[in-house]
Amino acid sequence: MRHLLDTRTLDRATALRILDIAEDMSDTQSREIKKLPTLRGKTVVNLFFEDSTRTRISFEAAAKRLSADVINFAAKGSSVSKGESLKDTAQTLQAMGADAVVIRHPASGAPQTLATSGWISAGVVNAGDGTHEHPTQALLDAFTIRKRRFGDDSRGRDLRGVRVVIVGDVLHSRVARSNVWLLTTLGADVTLVSPPTLVPQNVSLWPVRVLYDLDQALAEEPDAVMMLRIQLERMNAAYFPTEREYSRRWGLDAVRVNALPGGSIVMHPGPMNRGLEISSDAADSERSTVLEQVTNGVSVRMAVLYLLLAGERDDERGGDL
Amino acid sequence: MSARTVLHEADVSRALTRIAHEILESNRGADNLVLLGIPTRGVTLARRLALLISEIAQTSVPAGALDVTLFRDDLAKHPTRSPRPTEIPASGVDGKTVVLVDDVLFSGRSIRAALDALQSIGRPAIVRLAILVDRGHRELPIRPDFIGKNIPSARSERVNVRLFEDDGAEGVTIEA
Repeated sequence: MRHLLDTRTLDRATALRILDIAEDMSDTQSREIKKLPTLRGKTVVNLFFEDSTRTRISFEAAAKRLSADVINFAAKGSSVSKGESLKDTAQTLQAMGADAVVIRHPASGAPQTLATSGWISAGVVNAGDGTHEHPTQALLDAFTIRKRRFGDDSRGRDLRGVRVVIVGDVLHSRVARSNVWLLTTLGADVTLVSPPTLVPQNVSLWPVRVLYDLDQALAEEPDAVMMLRIQLERMNAAYFPTEREYSRRWGLDAVRVNALPGGSIVMHPGPMNRGLEISSDAADSERSTVLEQVTNGVSVRMAVLYLLLAGERDDERGGDL
Repeated sequence: MSARTVLHEADVSRALTRIAHEILESNRGADNLVLLGIPTRGVTLARRLALLISEIAQTSVPAGALDVTLFRDDLAKHPTRSPRPTEIPASGVDGKTVVLVDDVLFSGRSIRAALDALQSIGRPAIVRLAILVDRGHRELPIRPDFIGKNIPSARSERVNVRLFEDDGAEGVTIEA
């Protein structure tokens, strides 16, 4: 694997390979010594043009557990705030010897540009770009669903027949987009539930069903309910009248979570707005996988960095994976 | 491309029976023994050896798998390898006599990686090495304790081990 830019073009075999390697990585994290020598001498740069805590430290932990060196580059207070272009920033990192660049950027497509422009030779991992994709989040969500469903027997299995409901601000959500592509590639049935104002225009081209009523979706007893964060920083128009009304109609409260069938799980990519899209009862219930998602995130990112950096470089052999 | 058979089915099973006896002899019984195979065929051999030792000593001996992929020093020289599951028996490895089991011993680099992998799991009292075929050409100071058969080979030749559980056929061949 040369880059990880999206889940839309990820085929089933590659997705399963990442998830299976993540299983192996997860096993090593229960050992006495968690650090592996695998990526010794490689350098991973976290290039973050947008605020992020959990994704950045998750990538940092993943790289460090594999013995890679990590350089954190936050755009705030850096040369970028003095007007440096993406090209110049990237080439500076290249000159410092970066083997992989993990990029988060407010512009959709920035990772693609970085990977295909020829500015740098490092592998590129998309850690969230605009409203486009956030592939490692979708991979860790798929990993979490699979782990809860199949336990130690997860390796090699896809998500055929698993019914997932994704609730909230789909319009601005790169997490929702990445999950739609990955989960459907793995065979899951995906339903989006959202206020009509927060449904993207081209959604009819997606392999999903769209509902506007959360209770209708929950009555069908889904296996996983994924709550999206209401991104208050992107609420630049009157998408819904009040937070209180949103919470009543599309929030996961105690009554709704208790009505779910036995094995259903409640997911949230974090950070949570408690009391808005998810109530504390739901977030802290047995069904909630919020903290498992964080733990699994490190394993999945270890797998991605391993596939990008451990083997012979593809462009030296002309092969893939 | 002529393949010459150097061990037939019966030879493999005789070699394993002898190794089982040798392990018991050197360990003075089956106490504290843990057999860890290196994937893929080492795991199969470790399971078989554990069964043989259990029959001979009339006590059960745990067997498991130890993946070494993430500890290799030659990852960058090959297309990316997928790691295989590591399964450590519930009794653990601390203070035990761990016998590493692999099918072919060649450069010794897998075994070096296995020693590192083992270290990240615990601290065995003793580590031994059992091997079905030793073909020579060591690149590191590593020496097996139990050997099924020494097969002198040229560096360019291929030694193929086939086992029923993994390949549906059994025997060791050497290919020019």
